[in-house]
Amino acid sequence: MSTPNDAPPRIGVDEWVARSGERRDRGSGPSAAIVRALERVGWWQRLAVIAAIVALFPLLTSSDYAVRVGVNTLLLATLALGLNVVVGWTGLLDLGYVAFYGFGAYGFALLSSNQLGSSGIHLPSLLAIVIVVVAAALLGLLLGLPSRRLQGDYLAIVTLFFGQIFVETVTNVAPKVTGGPNGVVGIDPLNFFGLEVTTTRGYFYVLLIVTVVIMGALHLIDSSRTGRGWRAVREDPLAAALMTIPVNKVKLLAFSVGAAVAALAGTIFAAFQAGAYPTDFDTPFLILVYAGVILGGSGSIAGAVLGATVVSVTLELLRNPSQAATLFYGLILLTLVVRVRPWRKLGAVLAALVAFGFAVHAVIGAISASAVAGHPRSGGWVGDALGSWVVVPADPKGPGNIAFVVLILGLVALVQLKGTARTVLLVPLLYLAAFVWETRLVAEASITRQILLGAILIVMMNARPQGLLGSKRVEVL
Amino acid sequence: MTFFLQQVVDGLTTGSVYALIALGYSMVYGVLKLLNFAHGDIYMVGAFIGYFVLQAFGGATALVAPVAVVLIAMFAAAALGAGLLGVGIERFAYRPLRESPRIAPLITALGVSFFLENAVLLLFGSETRLYSTSSFIPFSTGVHVAGVNISLVRILVVVLAAVLMVGLRVLVERTRLGKAMRAVAFDREAAEMMGIQVDRTISATFFIGSALAGVAGVMAGLVFDQVFSLMGFIAGLKAFTAAVVGGIGNVPGAMLGGLLIGLAESFATGYISSTFQNLIVFGILIGVMLLRPNGLLGRATLQKV
Repeated sequence: MSTPNDAPPRIGVDEWVARSGERRDRGSGPSAAIVRALERVGWWQRLAVIAAIVALFPLLTSSDYAVRVGVNTLLLATLALGLNVVVGWTGLLDLGYVAFYGFGAYGFALLSSNQLGSSGIHLPSLLAIVIVVVAAALLGLLLGLPSRRLQGDYLAIVTLFFGQIFVETVTNVAPKVTGGPNGVVGIDPLNFFGLEVTTTRGYFYVLLIVTVVIMGALHLIDSSRTGRGWRAVREDPLAAALMTIPVNKVKLLAFSVGAAVAALAGTIFAAFQAGAYPTDFDTPFLILVYAGVILGGSGSIAGAVLGATVVSVTLELLRNPSQAATLFYGLILLTLVVRVRPWRKLGAVLAALVAFGFAVHAVIGAISASAVAGHPRSGGWVGDALGSWVVVPADPKGPGNIAFVVLILGLVALVQLKGTARTVLLVPLLYLAAFVWETRLVAEASITRQILLGAILIVMMNARPQGLLGSKRVEVL
Repeated sequence: MTFFLQQVVDGLTTGSVYALIALGYSMVYGVLKLLNFAHGDIYMVGAFIGYFVLQAFGGATALVAPVAVVLIAMFAAAALGAGLLGVGIERFAYRPLRESPRIAPLITALGVSFFLENAVLLLFGSETRLYSTSSFIPFSTGVHVAGVNISLVRILVVVLAAVLMVGLRVLVERTRLGKAMRAVAFDREAAEMMGIQVDRTISATFFIGSALAGVAGVMAGLVFDQVFSLMGFIAGLKAFTAAVVGGIGNVPGAMLGGLLIGLAESFATGYISSTFQNLIVFGILIGVMLLRPNGLLGRATLQKV
């Protein structure tokens, strides 16, 4: 009979579960060493160092476009932080989240433009922001009220329809006030005691400060009574209620905190682009924010920011065909390196892939010259390198579409298969993926971005629900 | 009066389409307790399948087969295609998450919906395609009484929807599969212990629900003429409203809800303004959710601990 100390407990039994944190701390390999080294540095120091590094970014680049991407990334990060409170910590599915972002933008727009009254209202920015954020928090409270009666999925329904109603309202009701489909234009820039923020760099720094302050505040809340209450409600509302946690109040609070953060981001967004348009606050953007939170790991502050950054930057890179190609093939290679073990197998797959491509190209080229007449759509060195490897027909649309459907079916089959069959199927599928990429996806960059977002949600939830930075939940049954 | 009756006819037609979609929502919710946000997009795929079958028969103006044959082929292909798509989605995206926290499959469903919409956009482009129904089923055929026009297409849609709903009712109440579905809906674990093949039952539920959505897609194409990649989103939301208004998880409730939403929408368009059509329907939903969260025909369920 061995004691628990010299033999590891069986996986899944109470003893194993209890030691899960210990195991993570003890972990081996370079990644665990890095994590341990990082953990020796305090949370606040880490935040300060990262913020300082990010603050250098606009100084290092001379392109206004890059800073603009930075502003959008920080906006998305702020939104992800707010959504993380509602979805990640409290476990409420809020599908009307983007409406609060829109509420913030429209609220600020109406208070700082010529839209209302004869000569418009032009409040000082700080006052306008405070009014809008408080109003959004109250609205969140009001919308959260149903969660007292409507548990679980019903809340998702009400919020989903709230989001739709918001878009419909600003588009169709009172077009004189909200500008209808054309939105509100001519919004004042942010103005702090006479200091106007007019440059992209200025907005970058304003947002950086806002993001860092929110991160700090959330970190404090996370380890407070409220934060523990949120997580308790997420894990088991009934048990939480038995522990005398006021479940309804805690839920409502999470809702209004999320709403306030979203509205704050909305006000800055409206000031930044000097306009508020209804299409900015529709479902695709909601999916974007969700993709950020889920990718980073719902329930983690750093995860929400990291996920939002990855999503935002990735989508931006997809706009340019040669960057997109580097990203696409790089990502495939990275996934292979991480997932295909041992090294011998990885080498075999890659060698087979290269040989397979040249063989297919030669065979199809021998059958029909027009079938290989096209040039890969990816620009740059990647496109040139692939010229005689990937088949690109003169008219790529039809074959590309068929290949896209076959690729999805193939991926579904790949997940079901195991062992050698899986490895063998991997080679033609990777080639097919390159084919679809060169024929269709690069050409339709905006649709590819959306498809990618949908895929992130599906794949992450199935393969790694804890996200990039979240810790795996261990449940005792 | 004529105007009123015309609105009723229109409302019932639209309502039948919504009811068929709502049935799928309700069935899936019944067995899995999952809001399948992708359901509206399955309906859209069904409409596209119908369109391509129509084109395969020579297109609306030059059909190479009798109209009845073409219609049957369109409905059958859409039902089969949509059904298989539904089964595939369940197998691939939802099944691995069956034991996860409730929020995980919901987020996945959101992703599936978004993925399908954009995949169809990639494949078929953003242009609206037309069934051009009136060129093979002339508008003049049908009943025209005292100024009220009931075209043959509308009669066909309402009758087919009614037949399908009755069929579904019989299937759920009288067959072994229906019994298995009810058992799984009631308590999945207990059903499994009683020897019911849960996976197979869930797959069957997805197939039937999605097939109904596919049929509804072809109906929508026939009645409204237009097919496009985003048509599933709003229709899905409205059908969803119908399912909730009737009491989600409840088959007769979904039918009732569908007809009510169709009528509400038609009256809103006829008497108020088409601009506010969506707002009114969504407003109804929020009202029902606040006042009667279990829907009109739903029973309040007590949670056992």
